[in-house]
Amino acid sequence: MSTDTSFVTRSHEENWLPVLELAVEEVFEIMLGCRVKPMAQSEQVPSREFTAMVGLAGSLCGILTVCCDAKTAAQIAKSMLGDVADSQAQVADALGEICNMIAGNFKNKLAGTDERCLLSVPTVISGEEYSFHSMAEGRSIGTVLLFEDAPITVCLQLQN
Amino acid sequence: MDDSSVMRKIVERSLRQAGIELEKVVEASNGSEALNALHDNMVDLILCDINMPVMDGLEFVRAAAHVESAKNVPIVMITTEGSESHVVQALTAGARGYIRKPFTPDQVKEHVLPVLGRKP
Repeated sequence: MSTDTSFVTRSHEENWLPVLELAVEEVFEIMLGCRVKPMAQSEQVPSREFTAMVGLAGSLCGILTVCCDAKTAAQIAKSMLGDVADSQAQVADALGEICNMIAGNFKNKLAGTDERCLLSVPTVISGEEYSFHSMAEGRSIGTVLLFEDAPITVCLQLQN
Repeated sequence: MDDSSVMRKIVERSLRQAGIELEKVVEASNGSEALNALHDNMVDLILCDINMPVMDGLEFVRAAAHVESAKNVPIVMITTEGSESHVVQALTAGARGYIRKPFTPDQVKEHVLPVLGRKP
């Protein structure tokens, strides 16, 4: 019985992109008072000067990342705090918390997943010069959303 | 109590927006820091995240039940962990309320005022 929920959940993976987008939209609307909308895929690769990540383990196993440029990360922190962030650490803290809430909101929307899926504390990388190698070699779903005309990439990489 | 300083500021602002007068705010970034703070401070309310390094929120709630000065202080969880099992664990451990992130100031008001004996 313990694998039933996971199986059922995985059989619905095709429907997860709108769920992920809704999870992102709700977090931005509730916590920042801003609306974000999925943008059409463009040829331009969005910046990843800031990358926040939260690990998922259990019935859903993988990693969720949120990437944006430094200016956008600072604007997110400002919207959350109601004031300009004191430091780069505070900007990273804000983006990490956004990533954490998106991951939590997403898994809470998947019936049967939230009970047996745990989240890690967030990690945030600043600086673009890195390569990302996830051990979660499975399916990935992602979306690019516009926050105040700046793109934010949200990606969920899942382990098979 | 939250490992995110940004979230601690947001929660504090939400409490003020709920009309709760805050004479003094004691912040902690994990359960262990909060337990130490309880030995030096008398508090009327504890707002507590779950996923934190060093000591998580559920461990803290269980430990706080053995701290004389905190035994009757209401604890409200504010967390991304929204599963029913987490809610049950928190309430069984002694938490009096549960708020899921993301949250609005109205939700904070709705959950916090009753545990302080006030109408939302």
